[in-house]
Amino acid sequence: MSRADTTSADDAREPVPGTAPPAEAGATTTQPEAGPAGQGGSLGRGLSLFRSELSITFRRWRTLALLAVLLGVPVVVGIAVKIETSDGGSVGGGGGGGEGPAFIAQITNNGLFLVFTALAVTLPFFLPMTVGVVAGDAVAGEAASGTLRYLLVAPAGRTRLLCVKYATTLVFCLAATLTVALSALVTGALLFPVGEVTLLSGTTVSFGEGLLRAFAIAVVVAASLVGLAALGLFISTLTNSGVTAMAATVGLLITVQILDTIPQLDVMHPALFPHYWLSFGDLLRDPVYWDQLVRNLGLQGVYAVVFGSAAWARLTSRDVTA
Amino acid sequence: MARTAEAVVETSALSKRYRGGQLAVDSLDLSVPRGSVFGFLGPNGSGKTTTIRMLLGLIEPSGGDVRLLGEPMPDAARRVLPRVGALIEGPALYDYLSGRDNLLRYDAADPTADPRTRTDRVAAALERVGLGAAGHKKARAYSLGMKQRLGLAAALLQPRQLLVLDEPTNGLDPQGMREIRTLVRDLAEDGSTVFLSSHLLDEIEQVCTHAAVMSRGRLITQGTVAELSAGARGRLSVGTSDPARAAAVLKEHGVLDLDVTEEGVTGELPLSDPPDLAELNAALVRAEVPVRAFGLARASLEDVFVALTGEGFDVAG
Repeated sequence: MSRADTTSADDAREPVPGTAPPAEAGATTTQPEAGPAGQGGSLGRGLSLFRSELSITFRRWRTLALLAVLLGVPVVVGIAVKIETSDGGSVGGGGGGGEGPAFIAQITNNGLFLVFTALAVTLPFFLPMTVGVVAGDAVAGEAASGTLRYLLVAPAGRTRLLCVKYATTLVFCLAATLTVALSALVTGALLFPVGEVTLLSGTTVSFGEGLLRAFAIAVVVAASLVGLAALGLFISTLTNSGVTAMAATVGLLITVQILDTIPQLDVMHPALFPHYWLSFGDLLRDPVYWDQLVRNLGLQGVYAVVFGSAAWARLTSRDVTA
Repeated sequence: MARTAEAVVETSALSKRYRGGQLAVDSLDLSVPRGSVFGFLGPNGSGKTTTIRMLLGLIEPSGGDVRLLGEPMPDAARRVLPRVGALIEGPALYDYLSGRDNLLRYDAADPTADPRTRTDRVAAALERVGLGAAGHKKARAYSLGMKQRLGLAAALLQPRQLLVLDEPTNGLDPQGMREIRTLVRDLAEDGSTVFLSSHLLDEIEQVCTHAAVMSRGRLITQGTVAELSAGARGRLSVGTSDPARAAAVLKEHGVLDLDVTEEGVTGELPLSDPPDLAELNAALVRAEVPVRAFGLARASLEDVFVALTGEGFDVAG
């Protein structure tokens, strides 16, 4: 974390190419910069800002409210399914049978499926919206309140600050996803029977393995948000208004989600960050279908590198006037 | 400007042109000696804040260099800034954190700050600015003066070689202003150099040893406060019951811009080859002018300022 930073004047003067990977840029300057100040940078000191960032992020009412909403979604879905099926009928009222979100029909047989349903329900909008709020506000919020200038003269270092902001956003992605998953697990276990899990391919695995797969799915869902987090962070470096950055990120998410449903645009679909999001269901097959999962993670990686670099180029060359 | 090793802040030909094409700072050569309390004066819009932001590496200069504590900025920001405390354009706080947590946050941002002494240093900084009892309150509930104090506390989290304080007494009541002036003097006695921007000339005159004046992006003058005041030499004032004769004698000795009243005569000493005051007095007496009072009214910094900028304190267009 001890980034050499505030980038050299030369870096900042030249328009930095948007493709320069931040990691490399950090590495090249870390060595010669390990001066008297850097020397005391034990791991503890280097992580101070990260710990501070985590603490102020997760102590904010706004963050807690977002998590509370995510906590509530599986409970609502679980109760709705319970009520609808309390007369012994199946979900969807015996109509089409294929209605509703993925996995919802299996919930009455096994509460664990509420985890998969809840993630499938929240992944298109709820989860990424909360990530958009946190990522969009990351730098723009500090600029809006003026605290950015004090962090920079502390000196937090521009690259270090950006890394800390991104890392904290990723922690939030994981926390948000786990909130949904755990809430669903508890609700599912309370309202429905749990036991051996029948996978989509028909094989039956033990409840333990089912739990393990549920956890793996939660991690994959969290990783699916990595690209959006980088995109939000980049937008956040463009403006001095936290609200603008949040709204722009969420607006972009909705736009991209809509574009992803227009068949005429299917040429560009594989490049859209939400395109492979629902591939997490492939983890419930035996053997696991890796193809789409890998594409999803690869795409997220590309987004993270491209927009992470763009955010870095922007923040390190920008005049902080707020 | 010669580069002396003793300069804590040094700029050469420092310029900033904003994207709109407006030249906010124009070839600034600033030199702040170590150990001074340096007053940075200028009307609103004269480029003071842009200069301060360039000194601290927040804004990239369009031209010229900045050296802070002898090292180039912004390249050496990581080594230099931990030794610099700053209050820039007022305090900026996390509303939803307590005063104490705000300071913990800023201290955590400094990679050289020792986490083991963090809470003690935060408590000491709060005490120093008189917020010891209010540290647990949310910053949202602070008055403007309390926020200003908390901003100062953030600049004092570590022993600093240089303090850059932009309008530190903004929003404070007269008692608070006095406390801050005392604090600035204490800091200077402890060996810190204080770079103080203010529009309150009184304040600069009371606490500063040196001053610089900016107007419309340019540095008009810099030097010790005594030199600056001397530069705008006060007017010679002679109290007498015979002003007409006194005026004649003074004119003979080259005194300019004479202003004759019933009470006496005032005039300006010529810049080149001014007459010796003792001789002038003797000449008046020899000419049998009944001199009741004789002296040089010392110019206030405000006179200097108005003489230099020719515009008083209006916002530069």
